[in-house]
Amino acid sequence: MKILPPVSIEARRLLPSRWDLLAAVLVLGFLVAFADTSRFLVHPLSSISGDYLKLDPADLPGYALRTSLRMLIAMGVSLAFTFTYATWAAKNARAGMLLVPLLDILQSVPILSFLSITIVWFLSLSPGRILGAELACVFTIFTGQAWNMAFSFYQSLRTVPPELEEAGRMFGLNAWARFWRIEAPFAMPSLTWNMMMSMSGGWFFVTLSEAISVGKTNIALPGVGSWIAVAIAQKNLPAIFYAILAMLVVILIYDQLLFRPLVAWADRFRVSSEPSDEAPQSWALTVYRRSRLLDLMTAPFEQMMRWSYHWQPPSFGIKAAVRDVDSRLADIVWYVVLALLGLFAAWRIALFFGQAHFSWSDAATAFGYGCITLIRVIVLIGLASLIWTPIGVYVGLRPKLTALVQPVAQFLAAFPNNLLFPLVVSLIVFWNASPDIWLSPLIVLGTQWYILFNVIAGASTMPQELRDAAENFGVKGWLWWKKVALPAVFPYYVTGAITASGGAWNASIAAEVASWGDHTLRAHGLGAYIADAVNTGDFRHVLLGTIVMSFFVVVVNRLLWRPLYWYAERKFKLT
Amino acid sequence: MAELLNVEHVRRTFPRGGGEELLVLDDVNLALKQGEIVGLLGRSGSGKSTLLRLIAGLARPQGGRLTYMGAPIEGPAQGVAMVFQSFALFPWLTVLENVQLGLEALNLPPREMRERALAAIDLIGLDGYESAYPRELSGGMRQRVGFARAVVVHPNILLMDEPFSALDVLTAENLRTDLVELWGNGKLPIKGIILVTHNIEEAVLMCDRVLLFSSNPGRVSSEIKIDLPQPRDRTSPQFEHYVDQIYVEMTARRVERLREQQARANAGIEMPLVHVSPNQISGLIEALAAAPYDGKADLPDIAYEQELEVDELFPVAEAMQLLRLADVEGGDIKLTHMGKRFADSELNERKEIFSRSLMNNVPLAAHIRRILDERASHSAPKSRFLDELEDHMAEDAAEDSLKTVVSWARFGELFSYDDDAALFSLENPT
Repeated sequence: MKILPPVSIEARRLLPSRWDLLAAVLVLGFLVAFADTSRFLVHPLSSISGDYLKLDPADLPGYALRTSLRMLIAMGVSLAFTFTYATWAAKNARAGMLLVPLLDILQSVPILSFLSITIVWFLSLSPGRILGAELACVFTIFTGQAWNMAFSFYQSLRTVPPELEEAGRMFGLNAWARFWRIEAPFAMPSLTWNMMMSMSGGWFFVTLSEAISVGKTNIALPGVGSWIAVAIAQKNLPAIFYAILAMLVVILIYDQLLFRPLVAWADRFRVSSEPSDEAPQSWALTVYRRSRLLDLMTAPFEQMMRWSYHWQPPSFGIKAAVRDVDSRLADIVWYVVLALLGLFAAWRIALFFGQAHFSWSDAATAFGYGCITLIRVIVLIGLASLIWTPIGVYVGLRPKLTALVQPVAQFLAAFPNNLLFPLVVSLIVFWNASPDIWLSPLIVLGTQWYILFNVIAGASTMPQELRDAAENFGVKGWLWWKKVALPAVFPYYVTGAITASGGAWNASIAAEVASWGDHTLRAHGLGAYIADAVNTGDFRHVLLGTIVMSFFVVVVNRLLWRPLYWYAERKFKLT
Repeated sequence: MAELLNVEHVRRTFPRGGGEELLVLDDVNLALKQGEIVGLLGRSGSGKSTLLRLIAGLARPQGGRLTYMGAPIEGPAQGVAMVFQSFALFPWLTVLENVQLGLEALNLPPREMRERALAAIDLIGLDGYESAYPRELSGGMRQRVGFARAVVVHPNILLMDEPFSALDVLTAENLRTDLVELWGNGKLPIKGIILVTHNIEEAVLMCDRVLLFSSNPGRVSSEIKIDLPQPRDRTSPQFEHYVDQIYVEMTARRVERLREQQARANAGIEMPLVHVSPNQISGLIEALAAAPYDGKADLPDIAYEQELEVDELFPVAEAMQLLRLADVEGGDIKLTHMGKRFADSELNERKEIFSRSLMNNVPLAAHIRRILDERASHSAPKSRFLDELEDHMAEDAAEDSLKTVVSWARFGELFSYDDDAALFSLENPT
């Protein structure tokens, strides 16, 4: 069976164009890098536990490559997780009951806790080999990426326009074909956006999880994160600058070669009747599109997909169309299974805490630290809001400035800000300042940008007529901020602040304990509590701290952000 | 002639909260013969779209039988294609790809798929647009893609769910005449068409038979055979006669039921209110009072003059009937004495008339007012009335009724409502 080319390229010449060459180089380069790196996986673990890492700038590109490949693999795993988990949750009402809240909890668990708890198991998978440590690192990044992607996909699946589904069914597409031809494309724009967000978060943790130090396990996987760790230990400022430079380049490349094309490509999956005023552009996508070589390479895959749509008999005459009747028996079985699972988990938890000899004072200590970190998060999100909201409004109302600032803000959000921590720490050490206060800004260093670019987005979508009306009636000064600007950007601000606050909790683990050479600065807080427990391999306290932090995150989400979000949706949404 | 489709005693209910069920279709019968266009005409909520989905195999009935070419319908059947009101095009596929999608599941060789798709595109008049994306097209062109996608599978039955109602008047007419012409020439590879619509003239223009649906629950209330040769002339007296006849049939039953409800000694709050804004009521009253109507008009005429769809006109007319501002009878609408006074008055007096009419004719409004008067605080939470209404009607009908009464009471200044606090009160901000 021959596949006909899409109409747009039907009449093209056969000879390869320069676009083909460029695309070939890109793809081949990727393959080579991948093969090179995976050869390294079978090396013995001992080869990376010493101080093999010399801070030689010539090695840095290689390290940066390894770091970014870990990211890519984790992204692939996250995508696979998203497609299965979210689809299951959306398609099966019974499963959804459990899976959706589960996501909510999972996203509240600090990412470093995942690493410290699972590292031993991963290492045991391939004893003495690096593979285990690599898996642990990739898993850590995965835990930082997957949840919001899965959630966005779940939401998209729930909002597929019913008439599109109906049209698919009328034309005899089976469930598998409908998934790939209707549901997945429909979800694509918001999934791409969330992939970008996840990637930003991922950079933060990939650098953190390469230098694994849990109890007696000390591993430094070759990568930028380990480089930074060594540079900190050696108080080597130039090396840190090199690392920052390397990450800047890596992120730029990722942005240009992967995400820009993705965003530009996903734009056509938007379901909106109006033509978009400014479709996202990407030179790389143009290269991919014009390249016939890439077409040739993807054609067999496309053909396979097309063929797979016919695997099952088309749903003509199949009764799957409607399942009105709920099977009561299945409900009962499901609830029993859930109850048993819950009981088993509760039993294990009880057992763990029974053996661990926790006293109430232990719990009270963790809770107290939690309160300190909570205050830190609230104060800093508040400060960041005070600074960035007016600036965001100012920028958002000026299209030229927006075009300039918006990409920078997004880039800053994507940059692993923990690379900057050593610089701040060295300053604190130099001035002998109080860590309790001066380490605090680090927790919003990376996440404050979400507030900025969301507010910019909000202000730039403010209808011109509203602004004209305000001007016409002479609404100025504080009155203008209070009645016009702030309400208009409020829903956007809330979205940004939710993201920022979630990120801040996670960052507190990295930010509340920081070292520079042999100086270790420690602020009081739950993040430091967990970080210390991780370093000493004290799993009881890692777990306790993790539970307390999840508790705080979930409670703050439920009591503050969720009501605020819905209030904003109802009251201030400009439609 | 052979019957393509048979619908016998079909019943369809939707589950409501609290184990209750909402009856949407009750004992519906329908047969589609070869070469026929059958129209399903009714108000929104009369279950005609539900019936179409049952025929399409997208849903299943709770009772009765549906057979397509003699075989029971148990899922989307090959040979039944649908055109959607909202087009339901895939925005990420080009025109050609959208049309080919209809063939995808048939497992045809690519060449044949392509040829058939191009032929359908050609037939429907989309030549030259093959590589365009839906968002680049106007509404009319988009719906042509919808038609081409349905026609390409050479269906025996074409189902159309208000296919023209999302289009502007000119485009809709252009598409209708094209379709009727193709059908008349025998160029469409289709054996029968079912058209769901709420547009009376559209039904008379296109259909061989029209089934009128009554609401709550949906039933076929009558069948009208349109015995006119194609192409039909909208201005011919026979055409107008059919339109008039359908108007009379569609209003008579509803108005009668409304009168019955009002006449009942203890007419209560269980009468569901359909949302109509006071501005629409005022507007129609003013139009009726002015020349050339002088207080009385033929419904089809005023619908045409005011550019109102049946779905827009009927609820307003009924609200006026309910408020005793007008009488609807035999396809005519006539202002009452109150209605005429309303038309002649200034805004404040209008509010007074409206308020009095609410107290006298809308039990729910009078009820809320009485409770507010009785209470020392002169206020009451929304939930108090919502709970009470939900004893008598479905949840969203209760919400609708409250929303309607709030909007009417605000105009009549009978009481006020604070949405943030969900609180009814007698206080207006001073």
